[in-house]
Amino acid sequence: MHFDELIGHLGQHTVDGLSKGAIYALIALGYTLVYGVLRLINFAHSEVFMVGTFAVLILWNQLGVENNPPVGQAILFLVLGLIVAAVASGGTALALERVAYRPLRRKNAPPLIFLITAIGLSLVFVELFGQVLPKLLGGVLPDVFGRPRQIVGMPTIIEQKTLFTIGNTGITNIQLIVFVAAVAMMALLDWFINRTRYGRGVRAVAQNPETAALMGVNQERVIMLIFVLGGIMAGAAALLWSMRFGFTQNSIGFVLGLKAFTAAVLGGIGNLRGALLGGLFLGIVEVYGATLFASNWEDVIAFVVLIVVLMFRPTGLLGESLGRARA
Amino acid sequence: MINKIRSADQRRVTLLTGIGDRWRALTKWQQALGLAAFVAILYYLPLLGIPGLTWLRTDSIQGGNNWAGVLFVCAIYVLVAIGLNVVVGLAGLLDLGYIGFFAIGAYSVALFGSVNSPVVKWIQQEFNLPPTWAVTWAICLFIAIVLTMISGVLLGWPTLRLRGDYLAIVTLGFGEIIRIVARNATGLTNGPVGISAIPGPEGAPSPDNKVFGLIDAKPWYWLAITFVLIMVFLVRRLEHSRVGRAWLAVREDEDAAAVMGVYPFKFKLWAFAIGAALGGLSGFLFGSRNAFIDPTQFNANLSILFVAMVVVGGSGNMIGVSLGAVLLAYLPERFRDFADYRWLVFGLAMVLVMILRPQGLVPSRRRARELSDRAAEAEEVPARV
Amino acid sequence: MRRSYVRALGTVALAATLVVAAGCQDTGGGDGGTASGDCGGKIAIFGAFTGDNAGLVIPSLNGAKLAVKQFNEANPNCKVTMQEFDTQGDPAVATPFANQIAGDNSFLGVIGGHFSGESDATMPIYQAAGLAMVSPSATRSDLTQKGNTSFYRVVGNDSTQAGAVASYLKAQNAQKVFMVDDASAYGAGITDELGKQLGPLVVNKDKIQERQAQFDATISKIKSAKADFVFYGGYTREAAPLVKQMRAAGVQAKFVGPDGLYDPAFPKGASGGAEGAIITCPCLPPDKAGGTFSADYQKEYGIAPGSYGAEGFDGAKVYLDAFKDGKKTRADILAYVKAYDKQGVSKYIKFDSKGDVDPSKVVIWAYQIKGEAIEPLQELKLS
Repeated sequence: MHFDELIGHLGQHTVDGLSKGAIYALIALGYTLVYGVLRLINFAHSEVFMVGTFAVLILWNQLGVENNPPVGQAILFLVLGLIVAAVASGGTALALERVAYRPLRRKNAPPLIFLITAIGLSLVFVELFGQVLPKLLGGVLPDVFGRPRQIVGMPTIIEQKTLFTIGNTGITNIQLIVFVAAVAMMALLDWFINRTRYGRGVRAVAQNPETAALMGVNQERVIMLIFVLGGIMAGAAALLWSMRFGFTQNSIGFVLGLKAFTAAVLGGIGNLRGALLGGLFLGIVEVYGATLFASNWEDVIAFVVLIVVLMFRPTGLLGESLGRARA
Repeated sequence: MINKIRSADQRRVTLLTGIGDRWRALTKWQQALGLAAFVAILYYLPLLGIPGLTWLRTDSIQGGNNWAGVLFVCAIYVLVAIGLNVVVGLAGLLDLGYIGFFAIGAYSVALFGSVNSPVVKWIQQEFNLPPTWAVTWAICLFIAIVLTMISGVLLGWPTLRLRGDYLAIVTLGFGEIIRIVARNATGLTNGPVGISAIPGPEGAPSPDNKVFGLIDAKPWYWLAITFVLIMVFLVRRLEHSRVGRAWLAVREDEDAAAVMGVYPFKFKLWAFAIGAALGGLSGFLFGSRNAFIDPTQFNANLSILFVAMVVVGGSGNMIGVSLGAVLLAYLPERFRDFADYRWLVFGLAMVLVMILRPQGLVPSRRRARELSDRAAEAEEVPARV
Repeated sequence: MRRSYVRALGTVALAATLVVAAGCQDTGGGDGGTASGDCGGKIAIFGAFTGDNAGLVIPSLNGAKLAVKQFNEANPNCKVTMQEFDTQGDPAVATPFANQIAGDNSFLGVIGGHFSGESDATMPIYQAAGLAMVSPSATRSDLTQKGNTSFYRVVGNDSTQAGAVASYLKAQNAQKVFMVDDASAYGAGITDELGKQLGPLVVNKDKIQERQAQFDATISKIKSAKADFVFYGGYTREAAPLVKQMRAAGVQAKFVGPDGLYDPAFPKGASGGAEGAIITCPCLPPDKAGGTFSADYQKEYGIAPGSYGAEGFDGAKVYLDAFKDGKKTRADILAYVKAYDKQGVSKYIKFDSKGDVDPSKVVIWAYQIKGEAIEPLQELKLS
């Protein structure tokens, strides 16, 4: 137990936890949106995120991005990365819904069948990116001019610098960007769901599918919309992840997805603001826990939090329901 | 393409039902004779040498695995599938952390039965026992079953009140917790180094053992298949008892069951505990046979493989899940060229079965009817689609 | 009624056939007996040839294959075959393979295991069968401390390597060493050994978990410990992101790791973050390896021999020499291995009584990451 370490640098650990949790929160939105409308856990959402990181990796490698490019270029690469990741992740999420979930919904399959399908899909994606992709490409992908380009690790787009220090707590530029970007994306989504016509449709279906259908809301379109929205958020998370950690693997989705799901449940699944709160809370708890014990207990801490929350407050901190998120 | 698969599948199903109906039409003694022949085949399998069938053996290919060893793995996976089937197929609870119980079973025999385990060393020290002392195999079996049942109840008590999909995720977390603890609690489990010299029925592994020696794996298979047969018999009895009917009632409609006086929680907890004990038993046999375990052997992928065995085979039907287990354990060994893609294939199999044939290859009749009812409901109310 | 009689008769007939078949059949597996001819024989090699960690093991397999190929070309009337068994690094898969190999008398020797866990699990089986095991890469120290009589390794063990790391760190005048390991048998093993040898120089430590991707807590501990050296015991998959994030967070401490990082994927995955990192390995730089091994390997496989390529070659060479000497039984070959005393390509090979390479013959090299290359830096003194 390292109490002195935790207390001595409490501010620092909190900041670290917040920036970690911001990414959880973005991924958690995908679970929350789908759950809010369809009442099912899209277990394969973690792979939607993973695909996003690979899209960023391939894009940056294709563009031949070097470490620490000038600011102007860096912004360009980040914007391009966001677009590509959002398209890749959103597209993957949409494909999942069309290929797998929709036929199941047609048959009115019980929720467990959805879950098992999703697990299978998740396995398929992990293996595709781990076994098949590298073998097909041999680590080499032709660039836009058809020249073979070796796939290497991700470049560092923004060099990490401590922006300002309060007491012994340093806040870095990257932490700030991640946090602000994540909150901004979420605010955007919140606005979209609560203030636009499409959002009203989503809320209507979430509250009562039958009534919404009677009122002329096209359910299929709403369902596609939420998968795409969740995918875009995961794509944004993938970009922030790539910028902050600068690497990806086929296996990063599993644990991250479980934690994002924990965050969603923690905040109240189906509740957009709850996802933010849950993500940040989980990030902080994890960093505190890893400091107190050792980092190899981190996952245990997250899972125990999940079990405890589900036992004592299964509706999460803010309560569920996408439909009543405004209340 | 899909339609072709569907019609082929339909023919296969007709054939299967045909076989089933014929079997039921046989008289008692004929059934008994047939069963006896089947059991004889099971026991004969490791010796398989009938000309024309030897290609089935996994050691008939270059770099192929020991045939009896593979059969042993198939047998304990069948045991796992039967146990998980009680939880998933009969009671309708999706358990994604079944590997946790498997691991507890394996660690029970390792921690109490091996002279290399920290627990045995500690007991030796506390009670001044000789350094060769360890708990005997049979008592370890008892410990394994008791420990897994307790952990099943401990996990089930707080979590079984949750909705089905939440329960699945919580159990997934449970499986991971068990693995991480086994890895990190070095003082208790030897951590990542693992535990060797795990005993078998004849005591610690040694070349002097007459039956369960080090080189020949056949006795281990016979031991495992004996356990499988006993458990099949017991679970079958259970399935057709009051408890079994209560499980089905709970699975199909919890509220209706409760109204009818079947208290769902109690029966779910029973299912969980019995499933856990079967998982523990298979883990126990696994640890005992390999004589060495370490935490890397209990990762979450295996939980998913276990679920795949049950759902691909046909959850709710013991023959189906056993077939699923055998296929998923045997095929990658026999066709090793695909070794790299085995998880990809498992994943695809899960997805395809769920979409095209959610009741599994050999469905339980009741389960198939339930699913087609739901599909029919969906057609009646197109607005819900 | 008549039909059911037919059926019953059929069942009985089937049962009878089975009994007969059981009586008069070969128990299968292997062709039994020893190799024909005056010379040659069959050996087995097992390890993780597919799966997550295959990258660490494939060079060794290739090295061994190369040795066998060269031998068969040079000795046309002394045919040696080598059979591969892919365990995926899983002890539970390695065990039935061991049963298979041990039960098939045509196998006269075994190369493996490549990981310590699978070696530990299968050692009693091979020992009972009187088969020699020569491991190119199972380095856990206690493998040779269990009174085994058939396990040999052509690689230095973890405590030897930890000793070399300790002497290197001391020579570099390290004051505050921060140790991180991945809680794996390999990583934690070597890190604990190093901790023992460094004593008070270790300022703090942390454990991470496999597949971990974010290392804030660890990095923050490194920072507050003001470490001048960070030692990481583990594999590339976690080391690459760790070192990258450390550098991004402004930690300047030197990064040192063992042979688990001797992998081209490490500098690649860390994309620049690993620059200047030190990797120790009980393996010779390819150009220092004896004879034409490095060039031959390059020619055969089109890439430089990675981790343990030379050890795999040496492991096979031990058996090939035995066959050449006309050894034809398991017992003869085991005795031959025990007494082996020759220059190999990775080091001079001679085993001590426990099966380790004679400690005075172990060579441990330090390598440094330059760009995407792993360049030899210096040979290390052993503790």
